[in-house]
Amino acid sequence: MRVTLRVNPIACVGHGMCAELLPELIELDQWGYPIIASATVPRPLVDHARRAAQACPTLALLVEESAGKHR
Amino acid sequence: MALSPYRPPLIDAWPPRSRPPGILPRLLSGIGDRPAGLGLHDRRYGPVPGRARRPHRLIDLVEASGLTGRGGAGFPAGRKMRSVAAGPGGKVVVANGAEGEPASLKDRLLLTRLPHLVLDGMALAAEAVGANQAYLCVHGNQDGLLDSLRDAVEEREAAGRDPVRIQVAGLPGRYVSSEQSSIVHYLNGGPGVPTFSPPRPHERGVNGNPTLVHNVETLAHIALIARHGDRWFRGAGLPSAPGSMLVTVSGAVAWPGVYEIEMGTPIGQVMMLAGGPAEPLQALLVGGYFGAWLPLPVAWPVPLTHAGLKAAGGALGAGIVIALPASSCPLAETARVVRYLAEETAGQCGPCVFGLPALADAVGQLAYCGGRDGAIGQIAALLPVIEGRGACRHPDGATQLVRSLLRAFPEHARWHEGCGACAGLARTPLLPLPGDEERDWDFG
Repeated sequence: MRVTLRVNPIACVGHGMCAELLPELIELDQWGYPIIASATVPRPLVDHARRAAQACPTLALLVEESAGKHR
Repeated sequence: MALSPYRPPLIDAWPPRSRPPGILPRLLSGIGDRPAGLGLHDRRYGPVPGRARRPHRLIDLVEASGLTGRGGAGFPAGRKMRSVAAGPGGKVVVANGAEGEPASLKDRLLLTRLPHLVLDGMALAAEAVGANQAYLCVHGNQDGLLDSLRDAVEEREAAGRDPVRIQVAGLPGRYVSSEQSSIVHYLNGGPGVPTFSPPRPHERGVNGNPTLVHNVETLAHIALIARHGDRWFRGAGLPSAPGSMLVTVSGAVAWPGVYEIEMGTPIGQVMMLAGGPAEPLQALLVGGYFGAWLPLPVAWPVPLTHAGLKAAGGALGAGIVIALPASSCPLAETARVVRYLAEETAGQCGPCVFGLPALADAVGQLAYCGGRDGAIGQIAALLPVIEGRGACRHPDGATQLVRSLLRAFPEHARWHEGCGACAGLARTPLLPLPGDEERDWDFG
């Protein structure tokens, strides 16, 4: 199972919660919108990623699972 | 910023093999000074043979023909039809005639002069994928065009021509409303701006049904493939990029206009079809405002195919070629277009809403307020922050254009950065934008 991170850029309005909760994978650009460093979430960070997705006020951060080898 | 050097163009001998003269025009073979009515259209293009209308036959023909979408993305047309046909429930066909590119006129030419060729293609595609709804979409600010298309549809209805009812829809007249998810959004009652995907229209489109969105030129080709078959289609163009395509050539050429060419024709030959340079040139903008600047010697031998343009660092887009005179300033021209693209954002995605105005500012600074160190570096730093971060490709198109600017004119950019503006700023801008004075040429 491969877990990936994706932002819905239409829903995102730049609250920046995700970068607070998951700084390992997400940083903010100069306007406060998230830049995802690596789409694949390493296993130790999966729980953190889910928490960040749940905390997003506009539900714009998507944690998706797909079949395939986890890296 | 890492800039890869120009690679030699992919070109084999042209023409690719011996062929009878007069292979073209195809789409434009029946064109006249005025719109062709249904009777004239039938006399000029002939009937559609019954065998092309057998179930699955047309999709097989289109797939075997190698036709790719002529709206810009170049996706195999037959494969798109097959995936829509395989979807569940009722299907929808959408003809995209909302030509968003200000420098393209080919779709308007087809819709104004040869509407029945496009409508034939729509009806055939609808029958082939099992659609019970069909929409022909153009920009809603073109009143005359909407009326003439509705007349053409009525003429067909009166003749009992098509099994599917075709509706003509006027979209909001803005750049991003011709993106396929925007069209589906609008037909579903939304404001007609791009949506987050997946789902893509062929999975879940109009009213949630699998929706085939094809450019109007693609549908016109389908109308001819149904008449003459896939082997006939492949008799023009390259084996890897078969058929013909419409291109719009403008800028400093003797005879600007819409031309039908074989896929794979070198750009230089297309320039000569348009009468050649009207004055000394420095570069060509190929592919429109989501395309790329190519220096003249680089562009001249490049074959007009998706692979050919990609190898040269550009994009084929909807077949737009604009010739830039040696005395124009490419930075000023690009700054104006990037400002336009920034204003045309749908206003939905942060990196586009904030990134494109910042990019337009940075390119404008370099073009008009030169002599400031770091202007090029500022642009180069912005590009990766914008790219790939919108719901649609609008921001990426703008960054690709700016990347090609820095790549095609490095000395010119350094001149502006070091010494200030150049003499080219005195020239009237050449690249067309909506709201410019009426262009001084037309296909009349």
